[in-house]
Amino acid sequence: MPSLKDLKNRIESVKSTRKITKAMQMVAAAKLRRAQDAAEAARPYAERFNAVMAGLAASVGDSDSAPKLLTGTGKDDVHMLVVMTAERGLCGGFNANIAKLAKQHADKLKAEGKTVKILTVGKKGRDNMKRDYGDLFVGHIDMSEVKRVGYSDAQGIARDILARFDDGEFDVATIFYSEFVNVVSQIPTAQQIIPAAFEAKDDEAGVSTLYDYEPDEEAILADLLPRGVATQIFSALLENGASEQGARMSAMDNATRNAGDMIEKLTIEYNRSRQAVITNELIEIISGAEAL
Amino acid sequence: MADTMQFDLVSPERSLASLQVASVQIPGADGDLTAMKDHAPLITTLRPGVLTVQGPEGEANYVVTGGFAEISGDGTTVLAERAVPFGDMTEEVYHDMVRSAHEAHAKARDTFQNEPGPVDDAAKLLADMVAMGGHIGLTPPNF
Repeated sequence: MPSLKDLKNRIESVKSTRKITKAMQMVAAAKLRRAQDAAEAARPYAERFNAVMAGLAASVGDSDSAPKLLTGTGKDDVHMLVVMTAERGLCGGFNANIAKLAKQHADKLKAEGKTVKILTVGKKGRDNMKRDYGDLFVGHIDMSEVKRVGYSDAQGIARDILARFDDGEFDVATIFYSEFVNVVSQIPTAQQIIPAAFEAKDDEAGVSTLYDYEPDEEAILADLLPRGVATQIFSALLENGASEQGARMSAMDNATRNAGDMIEKLTIEYNRSRQAVITNELIEIISGAEAL
Repeated sequence: MADTMQFDLVSPERSLASLQVASVQIPGADGDLTAMKDHAPLITTLRPGVLTVQGPEGEANYVVTGGFAEISGDGTTVLAERAVPFGDMTEEVYHDMVRSAHEAHAKARDTFQNEPGPVDDAAKLLADMVAMGGHIGLTPPNF
């Protein structure tokens, strides 16, 4: 049975832990709002971009001269998995879930006899995948210096990936990130970016408009496809940012609540022990007095 | 202003403008063009330059680098990779733009030694950047 002093120390330490987790939760809540705003502000661009690209891709179609970024290399042998995670932990299952999805994907591809290459963005994903898949790593992009994700960061990642594609290092690229639904739910998602897949919306009126293109369609496609890669990575980064903060917020909320429960339990135990000590002392005094 | 159309200027990070305008002058890849209401549907890529909007509150200028514009009968949407309101355009921002174009050019020269295409494209981008400085009264940095 722990002494009274031990119990008191325990309670104090859990109390300070609760203060820390509470503070982290509040910081995450503030950051979440900012991340959500950023993700929302970026949405119009991505939507318009995809709509135009879908129209363009449909009109250029499968002609032989269509850019490789759109049609692919014609092979499907080497897969590049771009695993995007956070730089920091303490955010529940956020990083682990993304890594798990990527691992499943990698295992499936390996079982099919494909070659898998892994590029990680964010420290936690690299740490998580290193043990089992370390030999597949081809690179890592460090984001720890980045305070606020900007489009230029996405461009940097896109440039890296496109340079590898131009060198013929892989045929298919897929990004892994976490889609933000709400604070309690973030869905790890896999999205193929090369060859580009655009979701054409049938009900959209814009698609039916016949556009003139200046310069011609293919020149525009060649110019826009690399930007499309950057745009998709940018949205993924923003979704990831919001998801990370959301996951951290609910993880810290849980931790705060657990700490509260623990303090309650410890306090009851402490009071009980104290009462026992007092009772003991009384018995000793009374029996001493009786003996006289 | 009887005939107006919807105009949106969007950069990847945020939407910069969304308003009813009379006309928009766009620095297209093959030359400047002005879009007004009922313009034929057109999609064009942009070169670095100045975008001029004739809006209800007079003229507004934006400096845009690459991207594209989508023009249809009832509206114009410009998706610019980087868009800066004219007033926020400082020498520092401009130098940063020119520097990145310069680096891209140098890199293209190293990577594609036997293919003139990408190198020419990068050189044109750089030249456009420098020319844009003349329009807005800023001098490019020396290399």
